[in-house]
Amino acid sequence: MNNYEVFNCDVLVIGAGGAGLRACIGAMEKGAKVGLVTKSLLGKAHTVMAEGGAAAALGNLDTEDNWEVHFRDTIRGGKFLANWRTVEIFAREAPERILELERYGAVFDRTGKGLISQRAFGGHKYRRLAHVGDRTGLEIIRTLQDKAVSMGIFDYPELTIIRLLKDGDRISGAVGYRRMDGGIVVFKAKAVVLATGGWGRMYRFTSNSWESTGDGVVLALRAGAELKDMEMVQFHPTGMIWPPSMRGILVTEGVRGDGGILLNSKGERFMFNYVPEFYRKETAETLEEALKWVHDKKNYRRPPELLPRDVVARAIYKEVQAGRGSEHGGVYLQISHMGADYIRKRLPSMVDQFLHLGNVDITKEPMEVYPTIHYTMGGVTSDPETCATNVPGLYACGEVATGLHGANRLGGNSLSDLLVFGRRAGEAAGEYAMQNESGEISESEISEEVNLLMEPLRRESGENPYQLHTELQDTMQEHAMIARTEEGLKRALEKIHELKERAKKIAVKGDTCFNPGWHQARDIQVMLTVSEVIVRSALERKESRGGHWRLDYDLEDPYWAQHNIIARLENGEIKLSHRKVPEMPEHLKKIIEG
Amino acid sequence: MATVTLNIFRGNQEKGYFQSYTVETFEGMVVLDAIHKIQREQDASLACRWNCKAAKCGSCSAEINGKPRLMCKTRIDSLPIEEPIIVTPLKTFPVIKDLVCDVSWNYEIARKIPPLKLADEGSKEPLRMMQEDVERVQEFRKCIECFLCQNVCHILRDHQRKDIFFGPRFMIKLAALEMHPLDVEDRSEFLKEVAGVGVCNITKCCTEVCPEEIHITDNGIIPLKERVADVYFDPIRGLLRWLKTP
Repeated sequence: MNNYEVFNCDVLVIGAGGAGLRACIGAMEKGAKVGLVTKSLLGKAHTVMAEGGAAAALGNLDTEDNWEVHFRDTIRGGKFLANWRTVEIFAREAPERILELERYGAVFDRTGKGLISQRAFGGHKYRRLAHVGDRTGLEIIRTLQDKAVSMGIFDYPELTIIRLLKDGDRISGAVGYRRMDGGIVVFKAKAVVLATGGWGRMYRFTSNSWESTGDGVVLALRAGAELKDMEMVQFHPTGMIWPPSMRGILVTEGVRGDGGILLNSKGERFMFNYVPEFYRKETAETLEEALKWVHDKKNYRRPPELLPRDVVARAIYKEVQAGRGSEHGGVYLQISHMGADYIRKRLPSMVDQFLHLGNVDITKEPMEVYPTIHYTMGGVTSDPETCATNVPGLYACGEVATGLHGANRLGGNSLSDLLVFGRRAGEAAGEYAMQNESGEISESEISEEVNLLMEPLRRESGENPYQLHTELQDTMQEHAMIARTEEGLKRALEKIHELKERAKKIAVKGDTCFNPGWHQARDIQVMLTVSEVIVRSALERKESRGGHWRLDYDLEDPYWAQHNIIARLENGEIKLSHRKVPEMPEHLKKIIEG
Repeated sequence: MATVTLNIFRGNQEKGYFQSYTVETFEGMVVLDAIHKIQREQDASLACRWNCKAAKCGSCSAEINGKPRLMCKTRIDSLPIEEPIIVTPLKTFPVIKDLVCDVSWNYEIARKIPPLKLADEGSKEPLRMMQEDVERVQEFRKCIECFLCQNVCHILRDHQRKDIFFGPRFMIKLAALEMHPLDVEDRSEFLKEVAGVGVCNITKCCTEVCPEEIHITDNGIIPLKERVADVYFDPIRGLLRWLKTP
């Protein structure tokens, strides 16, 4: 097939959130010609939704903070499943990346001394999150977007990549379609950086946009790359639950970081009943101490509302199960006691979101919240130093990659993840591209994939892609959400197999000009594959750890504490294996124990 | 079961028509929910842009009963529903399909803007800026690029003079750079000659539609106009400039 447009570049970056944009900058700094592909318009990627802040041990407010404490918090928060080297690089480099961002033009909130202000957040020992009110993600994406644009990026907005192209073992480019008109574009590239973000659209109640289908993991899987710990999905403790229209939309952890408390229907501050032994030493024991912490963070321990997300999400689930839930089946999150002026200053977009969309004035009334799908810790396996995958020429960074967050991500670690590993991936891909010649692209791979893409438009009648999506969301919500069992997961797997068969017979009306039904027909295929890997990995991990909670294996297991689950595609089948978590060197172990 | 009827523009820049859809309502429903319901249940080919559904990304801009708004932030129960709700694409930009416009002009303009320039370029030292000095800049940086302000600007909408004026969105982008406490770039000539700040006649329509409630005109455009006036129309400065010219 010859009917396509060709774009030649050194490095192709797929995804234009924080990681993708930072990768572009890194690759351009190495002299590479960079193409950037995004499914939305530039600046609309999921990074824009991040509210609380970017974690970096700058020590601007709590001078005791340093990279070692950040390292310790992240490893512990991730329940020891993270790659120690990834975390070490991250904790060491995050401050530098934040300061660099400021020099690109980001304007963070300031301390009294004129430095970047830092906010308290779940699982972080000290005030660590650089922030701009509660719209930090917007600040970061716009800053990176402006920087990349000023450096001369070649961007392809509203384009979906459907397959990575290979020359033998190595990457040679990618093929995709323009959402606007269905035009096929072939990218010839020496290196490809995957920065496609996470996947939450296969769940019914999610804080994720339509984009979060998991394209990156499926592209990687099909190109021969390894996935790791795909069962690790993060349920953010506080999503909106009412009105139904807003169900799943995020309520930032900043609410709790700034003094917000969780209450059940009896008015009890129930988090005091859910403090794990592991965190007891550093958590407030009494209501009084927790109240004092709000105004004096140096002399009092943090309230239990700021335990890591997995702990808080499970506690909310248990309260509701025990019949102590709120009117609409969640719990109450209250910040009104902090005073209207303070709330408006610290959390302006939360005030706005609840007032306009939920008819709730959070300066006066409590919010109703329940866990929502938020983030994916698992993903494409990549090297800590370079973000290289096991496929030559293919790199992965940001949420699509894995290794940093282990079994549970700490709030605020995602934005700095994008910066640290976006840069590393971009620079490594840029260097690789400058040292290697272009590979060949395969016409047969392109025509095979484009054929599959067009099929639903050729069928007169068949399955409705929206119907399949609804059924998948119901299944994942019921069986693969916060509390999992073998029986439920097996049922989910059966349903996924059924949906996969039906997905072969999808028919959509209309043409290739901005046709959401046709887009959905493609996206559902991707989501089904991702769902299958999540469910199969969740069946495999017979323990509870972080985001993965098995009601039938309620405890942590020493074997699984040391093993990641690897997923690969072999002859079209997903194969799982166990791999030992890399052993941490002694000097780092001391930091953890200290 | 309560229902609502929406008359939605279907078509493109050349030709189009209104299609009527009736959907069941639910508590808290916003216009974007109705569009999604139509896509799921009635017509999967109806095109619109959206992302966050929480008024943070600025993707789902449209005109609802003639008013430019974010569809995700417009509750159905805030509209009179005895009559059908009329949903049309932004008028200022060419329609690609249904509610989706070609807004690429805005991205071309963004490329032209001289970026932040610091005096100590290359240094890695933390910047020192006080909160009170960055507050105004932070107000402008709240912009989510929904382009509703571009859509209602008379110069762009009624006169289609995209050749002489960058529009309110880029006025506040320029204002954010100009008012950055540590920026040393001089954009006054650029503002006057390229961005066309003088063209704005301060009707404040842009400010009225801004979902982020940025005071585009009062805090952004007027100070920029004053800045340009100071440089170009102050007689003493004019004389100094004349004397300096070799």
